[in-house]
Amino acid sequence: MAKHIQTIVKANLSATVKTGGCGKCQTSCQSACKTSCTVGNQVCVK
Amino acid sequence: MLDLLYFEKYPLKKNVHSYRQGDLSIAHDVNSGSLHVLDEGTYNVLKAIEELQELSGSISIAGITQVLRQTGKTELGEELTEILEELEELRKEGTLFTAEAEGIQPTYPAKPIVKAICLHVAHDCNLRCEYCFAGTGAFGGSRTMMDLETGKKGIDFVLESSGHRNHCEVDFFGGEPLLNFRLVKDLVEYGRKAGAERGKTIKFTLTTNGVLLNDKIQEFLEQEDISVVLSLDGRPEVHDRMRPYADGRGSYAKVTPLIKQFATQRPESSPYALGTYYYVRGTYTHFNLDFDQDVLHMADLGIKQISVEPVVAGPKDAYAFQEGDLDKIREAYDRLGEELILRRGQGRDFNFFHFNVALDQGPCMVKRLSGCGAGHEYVAISPEGDLYPCHQFVGQETYKLGSLYDETPLQLKEELVKEFRSAHVYAKPSCRECWARFACSGGCHAANVSFTQNLTEVYTLGCELQKKRLEVALYVKIKELMSGACQGDGPFDTL
Ligand code: SF4
Ligand code: SF4
Repeated sequence: MAKHIQTIVKANLSATVKTGGCGKCQTSCQSACKTSCTVGNQVCVK
Repeated sequence: MLDLLYFEKYPLKKNVHSYRQGDLSIAHDVNSGSLHVLDEGTYNVLKAIEELQELSGSISIAGITQVLRQTGKTELGEELTEILEELEELRKEGTLFTAEAEGIQPTYPAKPIVKAICLHVAHDCNLRCEYCFAGTGAFGGSRTMMDLETGKKGIDFVLESSGHRNHCEVDFFGGEPLLNFRLVKDLVEYGRKAGAERGKTIKFTLTTNGVLLNDKIQEFLEQEDISVVLSLDGRPEVHDRMRPYADGRGSYAKVTPLIKQFATQRPESSPYALGTYYYVRGTYTHFNLDFDQDVLHMADLGIKQISVEPVVAGPKDAYAFQEGDLDKIREAYDRLGEELILRRGQGRDFNFFHFNVALDQGPCMVKRLSGCGAGHEYVAISPEGDLYPCHQFVGQETYKLGSLYDETPLQLKEELVKEFRSAHVYAKPSCRECWARFACSGGCHAANVSFTQNLTEVYTLGCELQKKRLEVALYVKIKELMSGACQGDGPFDTL
């Protein structure tokens, strides 16, 4: 058990370079006038 | 133990964002997406390494100890070895100090695949919102309505130009799209039929100010599974100041009951805008830097899916943010994060869009690099049938991509497509160095252009707000997971 660091989420984003890109997810618009779907606030639909 | 020589070639600040939020010290490993909570000593060590890198000093135990001493931090003695050992564990495991995947660039087919369109069905509006980028609905042109022929051509365009993609998106936008409700109805019917003929589905959305949202229209939106984005700025005085009718009267009293009614009909709406959803969205300005109160006002109305976002304004606008506003805005996000955690604990849940981060099921790297896709995956269509990179560029002649009435409407202006495609996050010098790069994707082209006249230079105030939102979002997520762990819901392994 680590004493100084507590890991909360283990992720592997870089791996999706190979698996991603299907394009099924919604278009993301960051602007205030619209849905404002910033990419970081979306989910993968796969 | 962690070999400190590693940091001679590993820029820490852009790859691991360590910061304090609430009662936590957090490290976000940017390239893997992992999250860690640090104790005081570990946080100070990471900050000391950052500082040594900045001063181009040699990174050694002696160097770290000296920085700790100079900055009045507790010196660590033996503990430093322990910390470096734990850090090395995580590095080996691939959840800290991970390297950036090299040589990745978004790649696109020669011909753009446009899968989403924004149909400006009405360049007219029944409100005169102060901050409207559309020049209160008319986009700098005259007040016009799209006709059926143009609308159908628009649908045909997206079905055709989406190539092998089976999922298309059509957003009804304006001005106020409900001023042309007849067309919306006709186009949904047409779109369903035309889509089915080609084996494609169209997902419809509509963005409205709510003024015309009567029972008949609400019923239609329900029946047809249309996702809806509704505009409400929050407290009555805040809303009315920015969102009046043409005669100056405020619109709060009219729209609030309608929006509330609509929102409560969709209790299952996804916080991540999946399926058929609704969102109530507002804009905050210099006049309501305590916009957390507006979010809570909406939550108190029973609205569960809320997004309130910073206005993008020119320096001359009275409502534009001013020097000194940034700290107040940051504090508002801090307060909002704490309140959200508190209410969730009490079962009085609501979602604030920018605090949603689906860490484990977030979008793939390819999506994160390409961002909004304006000008090549997404286009906006004016009432006249002219094509633009996105709704914010409509009416700007230099950005016209073509017209539905051209002989070959699918042939978008090549230089522009190229320009937008190449304005991805890695093309922007500031973004390459920014820890938020994979969540932000390089900001909004329209905002960047309006502030810097350049697609690859960023709107810096927007960046500050983006980063703050993300810090609080990660914090909220961590708190949620930590309280889950207390109830035995761990571990949070998403590898
Ligand atoms: S350029 Fe900005 S406003 Fe246009 S689609 Fe992209 S994020 Fe949205
Ligand atoms: S636009 Fe700003 S916040 Fe976003 S990645 Fe670029 S520098 Fe970072």
